[in-house]
Amino acid sequence: MARITLSNLAHSYVPNPKSEADFALKEMDHVWDDGGAYALLGASGCGKTTLLNIISGLVHPSQGRVLFGDDDMTNAPTAMRNIAQVFQFPVVYDTMTVRENLAFPLKNRVMDPAYIQSRVAQIAAMIGMEATLDRKARGLTADAKQKISLGRGMVRQDVNAILFDEPLTVIDPHMKWELRTQLKLLHREFGHTMIYVTHDQTEALTFADKVVVLHEGRVVQMGTPQELFETPEHTFVGYFIGSPGMNLLDATIDGARAQTAAGPVPLGATYAPQQGRTQIGIRPEYAVMTKGEGLPARVLRVEDVGRHRIIRADVAGTQISVIVPEGQPVGDDLTHVRFDPARVNVYANDWRVKGADR
Amino acid sequence: MDKTQNNRAWFLVLPVLVLVAFSAVIPLMTVVNYAFNDTFGQNEFFWNGLGWFEDMLGSDRMHEALGRQVLFSAIILAIEVPLGIFVALNMPKKGFWSSFCLVLMALPLLIPFNVVGTIWQIFGRVDIGLLGHTLAALGVDYNYTNDALDAWVTIIVMDVWHWTSLVALLCYAGLQSIPQAYYQAARIDQASRWSIFRYIELPKMAGVLLIAVLLRFMDSFMIYTEPFVLTGGGPGNSTTFLSIDLVKMAVGQFDLGPAAAFSLMYFLVILLVSWVFYTVMTTLDKQETK
Repeated sequence: MARITLSNLAHSYVPNPKSEADFALKEMDHVWDDGGAYALLGASGCGKTTLLNIISGLVHPSQGRVLFGDDDMTNAPTAMRNIAQVFQFPVVYDTMTVRENLAFPLKNRVMDPAYIQSRVAQIAAMIGMEATLDRKARGLTADAKQKISLGRGMVRQDVNAILFDEPLTVIDPHMKWELRTQLKLLHREFGHTMIYVTHDQTEALTFADKVVVLHEGRVVQMGTPQELFETPEHTFVGYFIGSPGMNLLDATIDGARAQTAAGPVPLGATYAPQQGRTQIGIRPEYAVMTKGEGLPARVLRVEDVGRHRIIRADVAGTQISVIVPEGQPVGDDLTHVRFDPARVNVYANDWRVKGADR
Repeated sequence: MDKTQNNRAWFLVLPVLVLVAFSAVIPLMTVVNYAFNDTFGQNEFFWNGLGWFEDMLGSDRMHEALGRQVLFSAIILAIEVPLGIFVALNMPKKGFWSSFCLVLMALPLLIPFNVVGTIWQIFGRVDIGLLGHTLAALGVDYNYTNDALDAWVTIIVMDVWHWTSLVALLCYAGLQSIPQAYYQAARIDQASRWSIFRYIELPKMAGVLLIAVLLRFMDSFMIYTEPFVLTGGGPGNSTTFLSIDLVKMAVGQFDLGPAAAFSLMYFLVILLVSWVFYTVMTTLDKQETK
C-alpha cells in the first residue's frame, strides 16, 4: 500500500500531439492518499478510464511520472505495480469455475493453497456466491459475472490500490446498492486505496470520501461531496453535481453586486473586477420564488419530482431552476426570484473567483 | 390470427424439386442401382443384393486405401490446426500489415485445386523444379515420383501450404472478437502467456476452431485433385487415397458395381464421422456450461 502521486502527467493517444485538444488527459499533478476512497466523476469521454489505465500501467503516459510512495513506477509493467482493477463489463474466465476464477490472481502469484482456499471462501461470502462456487463461469448471468470480476479484484490483500471502472453498470439497482455498501465496508476493514470511476453522481457521492471531478481531461475539483455541492470550483462541477445543476447567469461584477441582464444581484462578498466571461452561479436549492423581491422571472413550468417540485423559470432569456420545498404553494403571483447572497458564487471564464469578506 | 391454409402453395416448390431431382437424386439413384445390381452390358441388370458391399468390405485394397486416408487426414489435422492457431496468434492485429497478411494468407485459398497440384508438381521436379532441384543440389536424395516417403511429404506440405490459411483466418476472426478488457484483466491478474492462451484465447476460439477442424477433416478425407495431379496415386499405390482409388476402380477398370457400393459407403462414413464429431463437440460444450 502506498500513496500514489501523478506528477506532471499528461496523455495523448495521438503520436505527436500538437495542440492541447490532442490530449485526452491534460497536464496534471495529483495525489491519491494511501487508504483513501476516491470517486472519479465525469462525463463520458472525459479521460476517466485513461487515468485509471495509466495508474494500473495498461497505458503508458505521454509525459510525466507515476509514483507509488517514493518509487517511480512510470515504466513498471502492470504485474509489478500490484494493482487490482475491475472493468466496466464483466471479464471472467469462461472455462473456469467461479472458485478457480476467484483463485486465479492468487494462484498466479504462487500463494499457499490453504490461504487461497480460505481467502476465496471469504470473498465468495462477501459477493454472495458461495452456492455457485463450483459452477462454470460461462453460464452465469451478467451481474453474477460482474460480481466475480469484483471478487477477483478484491481477492488480493496486499494490493497498492483497487481501481473500479464503472463496475456497477451492468448490475441491477438493488444489487448495486448492496455491492456499493459491501465495497465501503471492505474499504473500512482493509483500508485499501480505492478509486472508483463513475459518471453517476449518486454513486460517487455515496461511495467516496473525496470526489475528483474530471472535465475534458482536466481535474477541475477534488473535495468532499459537501464542498462540491456548496463551492463548485468550476461551472462544470456546478452543472454536473446536483439535480438539477447549478443556475448560471451572465453578469458583470461590481464590488458586492452583480449586474445581470435582469437587474442587480447582491453578493455575499466583494469581488475585484473580472476579465473575460463572468457569471454568477446559484444552486436551485438556494433560490426562492417571491412576489416582487429580486429579479423578475417568468415561470415556464413546474415539475413534480416527488420530494419537492422544481420550477423552471425564465430570467431575461436564461432558463433557471428553483427548488420549491414540499407543501409550499406555487401560485400565479410568483413573479420574481431571489438568491441567497451568501450562496452566490462568482465565475470568471468558468473558474470560481474568491471574494473578499466584507 | 387465423392463417389461411392453402396447400396449392406446395406447387411453388416444384421447380426446385425437379432441379434437385435431376442434379442429385436421379444420379444418386443410378449409383444405388449399380451398387445392388450386376450387369454384363446391354443394359441388362441382375440383382446382386449386398454382394458388392461384402466384396468391398473384405477387400484389402479398400482397407489399405482407407488406412492411407485416415493417416493422411490425421497428419493434416495435427499439423494445420496447431500451425493455423500459431499463425493467427502472431498475425498483426491492426493496421496495414494486418490487411497485408490477410490478403497474403487468402491467396492459396483462391487457387484452383488442379493448379495447386500442377504448381507443386513442377515445383518438386528434380530436373526443373525450384524445390526439387535445390534439394538435389544440396545433396538431398529427394524424388517424389519414385520414393513413397518423398511423395507423402510433398503432398502433406502442399496441403499445409494450401489450407493452413483457412484455419488461421478462422482463428484470427475468433481472436479479433475478444474484447481488449480480457487482456487487460489478465495483465492485472498477472496471468502468464500460456494462461492467457489457455483461459482466454482458446475458449473464445473454440467455436470457429470446431468449424475449422470439421472443414479440414471433410476436405482432407475427400482429397482427390491435388494428389491426382501431383502423383497420380503413386509411386505404386502409396498415395492412392480413397477418392483416387474410387476413380481408378470406376473409370479405369470400369468396375461400376463395386465402385458404386464403395462410394455409398464412403459417403456414409464421411456423414457419420462428421455427425459424431459435431455431436461430441457440442455436447462437451453444453456440459461445460452446466
